[in-house]
Amino acid sequence: MKLIMAYIRPEAFEPIREDLLAAGFPSLSIDEVKGSGRQRGMTERYRGSQLTINLRPKLKLECVVESEQVSLVTETILRHARTGDVGDGKIFVLPVEQAIRVRTGESGQEVLQAHESEEVPA
Amino acid sequence: MRPSFLRALVLAVLALVALPAVAVAQDKPSLTQTVVELNTAWVMVAAILVMFMQAGFAFLEIGFSRAKNAGAGVAKILTNFSIAAIAYWAVGFALAFGGSGLIAGTEGFFLDVSSDPTKAASQIPLLETYTIAPSALLFFQFVFCAVSLAIVWGTTLERIKYSAYIIYAIIFAAVIYPVLSHWIFGGGWLQVNFGMQDFAGSTVVHLIGATGALAALLLLGPRRGKFGPDGRPRAIPGHSMPLVGLGVLILWLGWFGFNPGSTLGAADGRFAEVALVTNLAAAAGVIGAVLTIYALQRTIDIGMAGNGAIAGLVGITAPSGYVEFWAAPIIGLVAGVIVVVGVLAIDKKLDDPVGALSAHGLAGIWGTLACGLFTSPRLAELNAVGDPGLFYSGSFGQLGAQALGVAAAFLVVFSVSFAVFYVIKKTIGLRVTAEQEDAGLDIVEHGMYGYPEQFIPLPEMGAASSGPLARPSLGATGSPATAATSRSTTSRTGEVPA
Repeated sequence: MKLIMAYIRPEAFEPIREDLLAAGFPSLSIDEVKGSGRQRGMTERYRGSQLTINLRPKLKLECVVESEQVSLVTETILRHARTGDVGDGKIFVLPVEQAIRVRTGESGQEVLQAHESEEVPA
Repeated sequence: MRPSFLRALVLAVLALVALPAVAVAQDKPSLTQTVVELNTAWVMVAAILVMFMQAGFAFLEIGFSRAKNAGAGVAKILTNFSIAAIAYWAVGFALAFGGSGLIAGTEGFFLDVSSDPTKAASQIPLLETYTIAPSALLFFQFVFCAVSLAIVWGTTLERIKYSAYIIYAIIFAAVIYPVLSHWIFGGGWLQVNFGMQDFAGSTVVHLIGATGALAALLLLGPRRGKFGPDGRPRAIPGHSMPLVGLGVLILWLGWFGFNPGSTLGAADGRFAEVALVTNLAAAAGVIGAVLTIYALQRTIDIGMAGNGAIAGLVGITAPSGYVEFWAAPIIGLVAGVIVVVGVLAIDKKLDDPVGALSAHGLAGIWGTLACGLFTSPRLAELNAVGDPGLFYSGSFGQLGAQALGVAAAFLVVFSVSFAVFYVIKKTIGLRVTAEQEDAGLDIVEHGMYGYPEQFIPLPEMGAASSGPLARPSLGATGSPATAATSRSTTSRTGEVPA
């Protein structure tokens, strides 16, 4: 199992989410983060004084999948998150030792599986 | 419709029809009485509009503060307005209008007089000229005092101690403001001996407030982080430009009570002219400020546009009853330019979060001097104060009187205010500690946040901390824990709660 941790532009999230859902990966978390990389900051002008903002808003997307499905997910992210400009973000892939579903206590790879559609509450 | 309701309706209509007959049956009111009633009605409407300016100051200051100090602004406005209300009635009004001494009045403490102006005129000489109910005069003058006091705190946001307000508010509303307003509004030496013109208080209300603000700021120092290690000013953006905009517009509305109400009467319709003059200057103030800030830094600063409106309004406050329509946009435009240049210059050395020193101080000085330039002969005569301005008379006489008034008001208010704030600083302290300033006045001084959701993590708020909701579908077969273990290896069918 691998944890895919992607830092992307916030506006790239919706198409990624749609494609991952269609491909059977409904489980993910996001976090609104601020960070800096090669992208330059913004300048706020306020009543004659300036404030340089180097930390830009990004979206952190986390998703744990079976090891052989990592490339499918990363390709989906790359497809939508890449604009070709500085500031598109980065993807990290980390090993995961264990996965436990809280509701049932079951563990292992089956935790990562999607529910059958009729099981998902409306 | 129920019959009883119908009966009541018919009775009510009949009563309305009969009302004029009843009025005629009583003593016919004299024309003098009607004029008093008309004047009183207008002055009360104007006073209520000016009272609403407290909401304008609240939103303006809260919008220019950071979110961690948003609630403190509410407490401050409520406290100051309330202290001023009692202090001005008890002491202030008597010093301001209770007699025609050169320095201060002496009668009318804890005012309790007949509502007939001619009877009250022995205590309050102003009522010989302006025929309104004494209570209306007191209320109208009090809300002016409260506006002036609200201006004082503009420079002190986000770091002053709550207890410091209370002491200064009492002294300001009971003594400082009343004595100064006596000099210029109430028949004191500046008005009588020098003919200083200040129709609604560019100096009396705005410059005095800003002068108190300067004294407080000099003893208080800048907010932490305002000036970088290199000594250069840094932006500390206020948390809500929409609130700033709301505050500016409420103040603008309130000003239609402030200046037109200073006619202290409605009978000659002059108040409508004053309202138009006021609006022209405010509009020109916005335009002047926006053009200036755009020329200087190529952005249309939202706060500066608001400051422009306020500066235009402050600038026209003194001349509003003395100048013709054509002068108003010029006075407002100049005020709009002054406020932007003033904010940029002052910001290099002093930390004035809302720009009170420029919008009320510099624009107040400009407005007062503008009388010396633009006052028209007919209006100088109508108000029976001073002479026409330089552009009509070719004489610097009136301008000199205006300058003297500005200097006298500034020097006296600054010395007294500085002394009061100095004593507060040396005794109970003027400023919260650095740690408290970082945490924000809301939590430190008031024990609560203005915007709790921004500071208290959601899982630690309210119902969220009392455990997950019980699930009826699981509860029916036993506790959730045992249900989960017993099902860990079974099929997942049916586990999803409906």
